[in-house]
Amino acid sequence: MLKSLSYLLLLLPMLSAVAIAFAPTKSAKWIAAASTSVIFAISVMFAWAFTGWSSGAIAPLDAVTPILPEFGINISLGASSVGVMLILLTAFLMPLAMIGSFTAIREREKEYYAWFLVLEATMLGVFLARDAVFFYTCFEFSLVPMYFLIAIFGGAERRAASIKFFIYMFFGSVFTLAGLIYMAVQYKLQIGNGWSFDLDTLVAFSSNPEHMSKSQQFWIFVLLMTGFAVKVPFFPVHTWLPLAHDQAPTAGSVILAGALLKFGTYGVYRIALPAAPVGAIELDQFFAIICLIGIVNAALICWVQHDVKKLIAYSSVSHLCFCMLGMFSLNSVGTTGAFMYMINHGLSTGALFLCIGMIYERYHTKDMDKLGGLFRRMPVWSFFMVFFTLSSLGLPGLNGFVGEFLCLMGCFTADVDAVAGYPGLLGPWYAIIAVLGLIVSAMYLLIMLGKIVWGPLREPLDHAHTSHAASALPRDLSLREISILTPIALVSLFIGFYPNPMLAPIGKDIEESLASYPKLVEEYRQNGSLVWPESAKSDGVARTELDTPTMAKSR
Amino acid sequence: MTTFASISLMTTLASTDVMTAKLTIIAPEILLFIGAVVVAVLGLSRAPAVRRSVPLVTSLFLALSIAVTAYVYRLDAVYAANVPMPELGSYAKIVIAVIGILLVMVGSSSVDRRLEEAFDSGRAAFDPIRVMRGEYFAFFLLALAGAMLLASTSDLIWLFLALELASLPTYVMVAVSRGTRRAQEAAVKYFFLGAMAAAVSLYGFAMLYGATGTLDLIVMKAKLAEQTAAGGLSALAVLGGVLAILGISFKLAAVPMHFYAPDVYEGAASHTTAFIAFVAKIAGVLALFSVLSVFWTSEGLPATLTVVLWMVAVLTMTLGNIGALLQRNVKRMMAYSSIAHSGYILIGLLAGAAAGGYQAALFYLLCYGIMNTAILAVLASLERAGEEVETMEDLAGLRQRHPILAWMMAASAISLIGMPPLLGFFAKFTIFTAGIEGGQTTLVIIAAVNSAISAYYYLQLVTVPMLGTPNARTEGVHTIPSAWPRYAAVLCGLGVIVLPIGVSSLVKAAAVVGSENAASPTADSSDNQLNAR
Repeated sequence: MLKSLSYLLLLLPMLSAVAIAFAPTKSAKWIAAASTSVIFAISVMFAWAFTGWSSGAIAPLDAVTPILPEFGINISLGASSVGVMLILLTAFLMPLAMIGSFTAIREREKEYYAWFLVLEATMLGVFLARDAVFFYTCFEFSLVPMYFLIAIFGGAERRAASIKFFIYMFFGSVFTLAGLIYMAVQYKLQIGNGWSFDLDTLVAFSSNPEHMSKSQQFWIFVLLMTGFAVKVPFFPVHTWLPLAHDQAPTAGSVILAGALLKFGTYGVYRIALPAAPVGAIELDQFFAIICLIGIVNAALICWVQHDVKKLIAYSSVSHLCFCMLGMFSLNSVGTTGAFMYMINHGLSTGALFLCIGMIYERYHTKDMDKLGGLFRRMPVWSFFMVFFTLSSLGLPGLNGFVGEFLCLMGCFTADVDAVAGYPGLLGPWYAIIAVLGLIVSAMYLLIMLGKIVWGPLREPLDHAHTSHAASALPRDLSLREISILTPIALVSLFIGFYPNPMLAPIGKDIEESLASYPKLVEEYRQNGSLVWPESAKSDGVARTELDTPTMAKSR
Repeated sequence: MTTFASISLMTTLASTDVMTAKLTIIAPEILLFIGAVVVAVLGLSRAPAVRRSVPLVTSLFLALSIAVTAYVYRLDAVYAANVPMPELGSYAKIVIAVIGILLVMVGSSSVDRRLEEAFDSGRAAFDPIRVMRGEYFAFFLLALAGAMLLASTSDLIWLFLALELASLPTYVMVAVSRGTRRAQEAAVKYFFLGAMAAAVSLYGFAMLYGATGTLDLIVMKAKLAEQTAAGGLSALAVLGGVLAILGISFKLAAVPMHFYAPDVYEGAASHTTAFIAFVAKIAGVLALFSVLSVFWTSEGLPATLTVVLWMVAVLTMTLGNIGALLQRNVKRMMAYSSIAHSGYILIGLLAGAAAGGYQAALFYLLCYGIMNTAILAVLASLERAGEEVETMEDLAGLRQRHPILAWMMAASAISLIGMPPLLGFFAKFTIFTAGIEGGQTTLVIIAAVNSAISAYYYLQLVTVPMLGTPNARTEGVHTIPSAWPRYAAVLCGLGVIVLPIGVSSLVKAAAVVGSENAASPTADSSDNQLNAR
């Protein structure tokens, strides 16, 4: 059951994309909306049937199709509870994004919806992959549909934005590929059991001190992180994101923020951290500082933005760096927080992009100086806008707060054992600086609200009510638009008030993924360094207490 | 040429059994020689239908040689022929013939097209002196036969003659490929530089002979191994190896012998560009297999050769990619990209046969042949006011008028980037895997950076045709009357998309290389190299 559902999750979007390519243009959007909805239903069934909620195990394990057996490459599917949540998030946002594009896209519709479905297949593939090469294939191929979506349907600078997006991503991820291949080659040479690209096998193999020396782990972590860091995006390599977000069509931005950016964080969580604990611990503070720079830097940039969409895009950078800071606390609280942050960022930023898209369809501008006091014109829209902005800045009671609080707590209490269960590496100072970023974030988001929702009414002179394209749209939101935003708002409220059903299974998963960390972090905190065989093979006598940080995940 | 080959055989071989075995394994080449004579004669016929059948006959001979290769390499003669890498041919020859058929399709109608039109319309009377198609395809087959002969080399004379046989016809092909001065200039440039490179490699071969006193590759390998065991290779042997590598790198268009590539690729007609890009590259790689296999010991290559190859590889991929970034002419861009791909292939050669490097290099050549032919076949199937389409501007908005061609170009370009799950990814993947296994992690990382750089210019081949807007200039771009180049483009483009399904068996089939040669880095030695890092 679980097995066939997992295959269905991949096949259905691909098949629908093909169907759209051959169907008449008029039906393209209906096919897209219907199939994404069905996929969401399947993903719910998948989550329902999923067996790993309480154990943190990966399921199903039997969904394996060999592709290149000589190299041990298979399409093998399965997810742990974190993956299932992200699958749900992706499948949940897709139909909303599709229905949200009904009026915005009027040309080359077939290509638009077909590429989106291909994109969905790759996204689900990333979260479902249990094979390194299949993971990389989906991770990488997602660039192609996104590239076309931005380049064909984007704004004025779409060409530059799409190329920048592609090159940045590709540049980063070839290093990830090199890292993955390095792990696999080492596995083959040392185990002598042929090739394997199974993620869990590789992770268990390379985190074992008997197999990987300190410097090998260090470089593996660097290689893996290079690709993920561009995707997250971290501070110096984030510049593709604002441009891509700004130029992408609305649905593209929603999916980019909602699901694509999670590739990076998910990759760090699923592969980089468990595979190379030594590298992670040694570089932990470096990355934490990068995160802080990212948080503050992006927040300050937001403050001076005039373009609403760019503002939200930069706030994405800030938020994801915050999320990564939580993860680099390396304790379960922080990592749980980081995970909640991923989900919440997907929901609230995705919804904000939808709101802005609705405004853009009506006024053809995203400039805060030209828009103002829209509450008088569009009270319903304003309600949603305020709602999601508050959720984005972490108002208690809404979803954003949960992740933010846990991230901060994980980071703040990292040097105290009791609270987080086991120690992390960061300390209160990191949290304090991060909070500064949060304050700025509250400021710019509220300023934005003040400008466009409240205040005196300002509309562009030639605003769209006179132009043809938007004449079909009512002044305030149509029923279709309300029905897109409402589900997101409900989910946000639910998570805000009652996050426990999510926290419990995630906690279990995280504990298993980071099983080797408590001991190592403790040692690192006491000695300032790790005792780890420098050369794995020659120094064959592995230290006994480090003998079995092999993932408990040999599920 | 057959007599030449036989003379060299007779002088070096005593046993007639070995002789028969050798003749058996070069049966596919002999077939192509016959084919060359046949098409040269057919091309002179008065009857237009006969002349038109030349490409068809050419591909028939190629198809036949595939069948013969498949048959011959099942016989025991393969192992009796005293060849250092006996099974190499079974993959290489088939790859050469298959890509050869695609290349025939690309070029089928272009040679002599104007002349034939003039004959048809009665503007000119038939003149056997002026028709070129027969000669062109005869040379085509000869060059392919030369490349194939390289796969069954047993001594240096054979190696050199085969290398020349793969080169000389291409000079003529460049010159006659289209009736412009640029083609002739390109041919002359190609010829002189090629002659110089041949002299360099011949000088290297002579030194190798001096150092070992033999031309036979197997004996030479043993002698060199003795030298190594006795305290190191003689300087003469190392220098000979370096010169041989440098001379052969001309065929690969590898730095420092790459300067001709952009001019020659640009000057030749698109179909000939596709031809030299593939045939010269596979000839060079096969020749390097032989030369390097002589030097392999259980310790790997001698340090000097490793350093030289390493630097050649790094410079080749880096300069190739940087050069390609600056081009607006698609053919020049493909020339630089071809240089870069040689760099990637060299990783496989450095990794060695035991790490799967030779296997990866062979598989890479197959993929490169398909992808490169696809791009150039699209160019070959278009024309603007009777001229070749070669610049980016000409391709703007191709999708709106010739969607299939634009899609094929986009798919092949994305595949050339190395995007999974297309064919190009598996090519890079096998090369990278072999490289890391062979202890060349740094080189693989440099290659990874390079393939990211290459994404920029390959994306132009996606962006411009797919998303550009047609302008006044592109209004004049039409497909040429013959549909064959288009079929070739579609076949190659589909291959790029569909072949990954069967990639497993394609890679496995390439594994025949170097099974004999396995006295190269074992798992242990490369292991130590990695751990030492």
